[in-house]
Amino acid sequence: MNDMTPIQTTLKDWETDQEVRWCPGCGDYAILKAVQRTLPQLGADPANTVFVSGIGCSSRFPYYIESYGFHTIHGRAPAFATGIKLANPALDVWLVTGDGDGLSIGGNHLMHVLRRNVNMQIMLFNNEIYGLTKGQYSPTSRVGTTTPSTPLGSVDRPANPCAFALGVGARFVARGFDVSKNLPDVLKAAHAHKGAAFVEIFQNCVVYNKDVFDAFAQPKGAEDRQLWLEDGKPMLFAKETKGLALDLENLELKVVDVVDGDWQAAGVLVHNVKNRSIAHMLVELPFGRFPMALGVLYDDPRPTYEEGVADEIARATAGKNTSLARLLAKGQTWTVEAEGGHPA
Amino acid sequence: MATQVADKPAQTSPTAAPDAVVVRFAGDSGDGMQLTGGQFTLSTALAGNDLATFPDFPAEIRAPQGTLFGVSAFQINFGSREINTAGDAPDVLVAMNPAALKVNLSALKPGGLIIADTGEFTQRNLDKAKYASNPIEDGSLAKWNVLAFDISALTVEAVKDFGLGNKDALRCKNMWTLGLALWMFDRDRQPLIDWLNAKFARKPELAGANIAALNAGHAYGETAELSGPLKKLHIDPVPAAPGLYRTITGAEAVSLGLVAGAQLAGLHMFFGGYPITPASSILHYLVKMKEFGVTTFQAEDEIAAICSAIGASYAGQLGVTSSSGPGIALKGEAMGLAVMTELPLVIVNSQRGGPSTGLPTKTEQSDLYQAVYGRNGDAPIPVISARSPSDVFEVAIEACRIAVEYMTPVILLTDGYIANAAEPWKVPDPETFAPFKAQFLTEKNDGDRLLPYARDTKGARPWIKPGTPGLMHRIGGIEKNQGTGNIDYSPENHQAMTDARKAKIDGIVVPDQDVSLGDAKGRLAVVGWGSTYGPIRRAVDNARAKGLSVSHIHVRNIWPLPRNLGDLLKGFDKVLVPEMNTGQFKTVLRDQLLVDAESLTKTSGQPFQIAELDAAIAKFFDGVPGNEGGAVEPNSQQLPNPVAGYDDGSLKAGGDAQ
Repeated sequence: MNDMTPIQTTLKDWETDQEVRWCPGCGDYAILKAVQRTLPQLGADPANTVFVSGIGCSSRFPYYIESYGFHTIHGRAPAFATGIKLANPALDVWLVTGDGDGLSIGGNHLMHVLRRNVNMQIMLFNNEIYGLTKGQYSPTSRVGTTTPSTPLGSVDRPANPCAFALGVGARFVARGFDVSKNLPDVLKAAHAHKGAAFVEIFQNCVVYNKDVFDAFAQPKGAEDRQLWLEDGKPMLFAKETKGLALDLENLELKVVDVVDGDWQAAGVLVHNVKNRSIAHMLVELPFGRFPMALGVLYDDPRPTYEEGVADEIARATAGKNTSLARLLAKGQTWTVEAEGGHPA
Repeated sequence: MATQVADKPAQTSPTAAPDAVVVRFAGDSGDGMQLTGGQFTLSTALAGNDLATFPDFPAEIRAPQGTLFGVSAFQINFGSREINTAGDAPDVLVAMNPAALKVNLSALKPGGLIIADTGEFTQRNLDKAKYASNPIEDGSLAKWNVLAFDISALTVEAVKDFGLGNKDALRCKNMWTLGLALWMFDRDRQPLIDWLNAKFARKPELAGANIAALNAGHAYGETAELSGPLKKLHIDPVPAAPGLYRTITGAEAVSLGLVAGAQLAGLHMFFGGYPITPASSILHYLVKMKEFGVTTFQAEDEIAAICSAIGASYAGQLGVTSSSGPGIALKGEAMGLAVMTELPLVIVNSQRGGPSTGLPTKTEQSDLYQAVYGRNGDAPIPVISARSPSDVFEVAIEACRIAVEYMTPVILLTDGYIANAAEPWKVPDPETFAPFKAQFLTEKNDGDRLLPYARDTKGARPWIKPGTPGLMHRIGGIEKNQGTGNIDYSPENHQAMTDARKAKIDGIVVPDQDVSLGDAKGRLAVVGWGSTYGPIRRAVDNARAKGLSVSHIHVRNIWPLPRNLGDLLKGFDKVLVPEMNTGQFKTVLRDQLLVDAESLTKTSGQPFQIAELDAAIAKFFDGVPGNEGGAVEPNSQQLPNPVAGYDDGSLKAGGDAQ
């Protein structure tokens, strides 16, 4: 987020005149609307907002937001965004990437933008597939995913985006999904975090990987399969009949039953967004045995990279003569006099 | 010359001196030869001589001691006349160990002087250098003058009062040697003493030891002159234009030029870089120039380095990135995006030997195809080259100008030789530079519409900073509509945009090509680009002194070429293009100008020697009195060949060659 004067806008102000070209039913539509709904609530200024993306279905996003937008090259959006923030830290930068763009070809850049803690919101649309290139398996596809490039099923293990982000040093990690009504709140929390804020958004690719998130995302039975985390609140789900507690013997989380609402007696943990150890457990929770951990999993700001850079420049510049003539004549010099050509 | 050290005893007078001398310092990569060379260079510059240097060091940081591949050398050519190259063959070779002698001996002029440290000519070191017997004793050095003595022992003796261990004491050897060299060339020791005192301000015992070694080497010269082959030489200062001077390497000059260029454009400069030899020194210089409006960013890789620079340009700064061949290859896709989004960007390539990792510390000019042709799609980028360390300063400013005025990435080609070599530089007055202030669009440019891809008379689109109220728009790598910049794949639009991008670059105004040396018409034009300037100039000068009709044309703007170049070359019967690759610029000239250019190529990692060029030129003048050359040998690979689809000459007869 940036310190800024709130601007009055409506959802309509954030729509462009461009025809949206995602497949009918694509989860990207819902995410686009969630973002366009969130921006007015943040008081964001379209003129001061920049959406930067890489390549892939999700990366068409900037064309549909009435702000500044830069649709760059495959995987490199974090590097462009870093240059933009260093050149003008006042800009409010949103980065849009996908599982292929952000974790395969661009995994290196995603690692470094998080590690450096460049102040921006990073939305990784995870549909566990390459959509724009017609359905090859991606680095987040589950083992056994059958695709044109893996007709017998994929054999390599998937990467976990939130675990990756936390592992490389991200100071804000959150999860949501395309059609979730909570997505705007997750985005607002990301925006409120000063530094690189990483949000994994599960997104339904209706053409190549339809409904792979239904196990937790479909409305029916969602309360049993979704754990929405809130800072300072107990980790409860299944209409507060279950919760997460710490299994001290194995140093891992466990599901416990909550009787008569007495979650304290059941030993249910209270979510503390600054607890990095618990965050590591939450991002790694195996879905099935556990609900899907959603919402803000970790949020503990540190000074940003661009502040550090600006500070160094300010210190190097303070009290210095910045004339070009002085720079050019630095070091040992000698003068040739007009008459003889001998140095003085 | 202000001298505080009395170094001219009455009985010695400097021997009558040649107008130029070449000295090569060679030793183990841990012996401090580059530092010795650098300080000798400064002393030479302060003495008012013109000079050129050639540092030649191994890719290994600390190669095993005493080995042949661990030899590091620094050559300097200095004189009382104009100096253009680091010199073909040394007059003096300082060899700090057997390996240094072995690697460098073949270059030494017959009758030249070898100064060798016998303290290092141990059996172990002779074995490492693969000498069957000690060359100092076995008579194999008979055609040279040899001055061999135990520099190691003399150094240890000289610094014994400073309480250093044997290892630290021996590290003063390079200063002892430098002291001797300063005596040989009648130099003032004081600037060096000042430098040592400043360098070791916190370790006075090291300052004292180094100064003692320096003085001891100097005093040894006095003694040795009486009996040995050592003679004191005084090289007069070269007549130079009045003004303030300093020495400068190419890496320093490109850094200063970029800073100056950004200031002339009224922009903050953003430099995205990634460590790579021999380009890293540019990052090292720029990081110390923060107060002059420079942000430096060491990226995670070469791709992020250029992408961050493009991001900064998009946000309104002047983005710059720098690398060498392998890194430039990685940047290729992003360069295409800069072409597509038409943002200013300067890409500096300090070329080295290739392909692949190639010769990281050696020089070559083999990335010209990469610069001119090396991207996917029709992605024209202007290419500009520098011919010498001081020339890069101007070229870097010019690169910034083209980038900002035409909203385009620009490639600046320099090379490992230019990056590391030093020469005297007359410090320019910034007041004399013509500014080229960047303009940012602040309001809609078509009534109530914004057209981010509307073009000015130069074909450039407007530069629009994010943060500007009311000008929100989207850009990207997908083909864009001619005016609005919205996605547009339509056939007629892609044709029009491809044409517009090409026309913009083709239309860049570059200065007319001049003739560096000689007449605008004649028998032979020797056409060079980049760091071959020095040797070509000397060789053409030599040929002209023999009365041969030769001219030197040195091209700075590789793409687009100067408009008059084709006509200029038509004024010559023959065109010879010497370059440190397999004939890349020759191909561009043939392609663009249909000129029957011939190649002289070299890819040894070493710059051209003047003698090599003398011989190549001579072949064009067989039978001319005073010329000892033979006939030009045909090179079937370069002859026009209709079967292979090359120009067979018939086009010229009928058509209008352009």
